[in-house]
Amino acid sequence: MTKMSFENHIMKQFDEELEEIRTRLMEMGGKVEQQLHNAIKAVSEADSQLAEEVITQEQIVDNMEVDIDEACILIIARRQPAASDLRLVMMVTKAVNDLERIGDEAKKIANHAILLSEDINLSKGYPEIRHIGTSVIKMLANALDAFARFDADAAIRTIEEDKQIDLDYKTALREVVTYMMEDPRSISRAINILWVVRSLERIGDHAKNLCEQIVFVVKGKDIRHQ
Amino acid sequence: MNKVDQSTHKSKENTSEQKLNSSPKQSLDLDKNHVTVGKPFSDDSKMTMRNVDVFYADKQAIYDVNLDIAKNEVIAMIGPSGCGKSTFLRTLNRMNDTVDGCRVSGTIAMDGENLYAPKLDVVELRARVGMVFQKPNPFPKSIYENVAYGAKIHGLADSRVDLDEIVENSLRKASLWEEVKERLHQPGTGLSGGQQQRLCIARAIAVSPEVILMDEPCSALDPIATAKIEELIEELSQNFTIAIVTHSMQQAARVSHRTAYFHLGKLIEVNPTEQVFTLPEHQLTEAYITGRFG
Repeated sequence: MTKMSFENHIMKQFDEELEEIRTRLMEMGGKVEQQLHNAIKAVSEADSQLAEEVITQEQIVDNMEVDIDEACILIIARRQPAASDLRLVMMVTKAVNDLERIGDEAKKIANHAILLSEDINLSKGYPEIRHIGTSVIKMLANALDAFARFDADAAIRTIEEDKQIDLDYKTALREVVTYMMEDPRSISRAINILWVVRSLERIGDHAKNLCEQIVFVVKGKDIRHQ
Repeated sequence: MNKVDQSTHKSKENTSEQKLNSSPKQSLDLDKNHVTVGKPFSDDSKMTMRNVDVFYADKQAIYDVNLDIAKNEVIAMIGPSGCGKSTFLRTLNRMNDTVDGCRVSGTIAMDGENLYAPKLDVVELRARVGMVFQKPNPFPKSIYENVAYGAKIHGLADSRVDLDEIVENSLRKASLWEEVKERLHQPGTGLSGGQQQRLCIARAIAVSPEVILMDEPCSALDPIATAKIEELIEELSQNFTIAIVTHSMQQAARVSHRTAYFHLGKLIEVNPTEQVFTLPEHQLTEAYITGRFG
C-alpha cells in the first residue's frame, strides 16, 4: 500500500467511526501540544497564572483519553477490524495513552513553574529548559504531523530527534549539578529545573512511542526496542 | 508454523527488512499472469497442487493455482462469492467429476500420488479425502447407521464389535457421543442442525480419512453450534489435514493455520493466518478482509 486509506468500507458507518477516532486523536494531540507549549512558557516567563491554567486543563486531556479509548473498544466489539483497520485502532488506543502521559508531564512542569515563579531571586530565563523545550515541542509537532499524513518515513526521522534530546538532557543535568555545587543556596531551585528537564525528556520518549506506532500502522512492523 | 516452507519458488518473498523500507505496491487490478504472493508451498506437504486450471464448459473458473497443503494443517480458503474457492476444494476429492462439462487440468497429488490418474478408484479416494458440506445432510437412517455405513461399505469392520467401536470412536472424535449415546438407533435427521453437522463429521471420520474438506460447514448453524464445530476442527487437526472454505473471515482467523485468498479464480495470497489478518501482503486481500468489497 502506498497510501493509507481508511475509507471505502462497504459499511459506510465504519469509515466514519475510523475517521472519528483519527480526528479525535488529532484534537487530543493539538490540546496536548498547547499544554506543553504553555507549561514551558509558564516556566520561562515565571507566569504562575498560565501554569494554573495548564494544571486545570489537564482534566480535559484525561477525558479525551477515556472517550477515545471507549470509541476504540466499541469499534473492536462492533466491527472486528482486521489488517490496517485493526492496526489503526490498536495504535490509537496506545497513542492516547502516550498523549495523556505527555499531558501529565506538562502538568508536572506547570507545578514546578509555580514553585520556580515564587523564587524572587532569579529569573535567569532557564536556557537549558528553553533549549530542550523547543526541541521537544518540535518533536511532538513532527510526530503529530507524521500521524496526520500516515508518513512512516517522517515518523522514523522524528524518532532520531529523541537521541539529541537525550543528549541535551544529560548536558542539562551536568549544568544543573554544577549550579548546585557552585552555590548550595540554589539547590532547591536547581531541583525544580531538574524535574522540568526530566519531564521534557520523558515527553520526548512518549513522542518517540507515537512515531513507532505510526510505523506500525503504516508498515505493520513493530520497531519498538530496536 | 514451522511446517510451512519458506521457499521462494514462485512466491514473492518479502523479508521483514524489505517490508519496512518499501511498502507492497500491488494494485487492485489483477495482472494476467498473477503469481500467488506469500507462502503457498510446504516442505511437509500432504496434498500438492500445481498449475491447476478448472473449466466449466468454456468458462474458466480456476486459473493456474499452485499450492501445497501441509500434513495436519488447517488451511482456510476465503474470498468473495464466485471466486472459485469451493470449486477448488472440490477438485481435491474429485467431487467436480459429477458436474457436467467440468474439466480439471494440472497436477493434484496426495502423498505424491496423482489423484486424476485414470486407474484411481474415486470411491476409495473420497474415503481418504472426506467432505463435510454446508447443509448437514445425514442419511435418512439411524444415528448409528449414518456413522457405520461408510465403514461397512469400505469393509473396515470385521464384526459387530468392531463396528460398534468405530461408531463410538467416530462420535467421540466428533464431540457428539455424550449427546447421542442413549439414542443411537433414532433417526439422524431428528438431531439439531449443529448435532447433524457433527454427525456428518463423525460419518466422514468413520472411514479413517487422511484429509477432511469442509465447505462452509457452519453457515447453516447458530453461534453456539458453530463454536462447537470450530473447537472440533482444532482437535481434529491433531489427526487429520483439514481444508475449509468459509465465508466468515473471523472463522478463518479463529480456526486456520494458513489462509488462502482467492479472487476471480486466482489464488492471490497464501500466508500464515496471523499474518493475513494483521498484515496481508496483497492489497486485494487487505481490501477483502477489511470489508471493502466482497
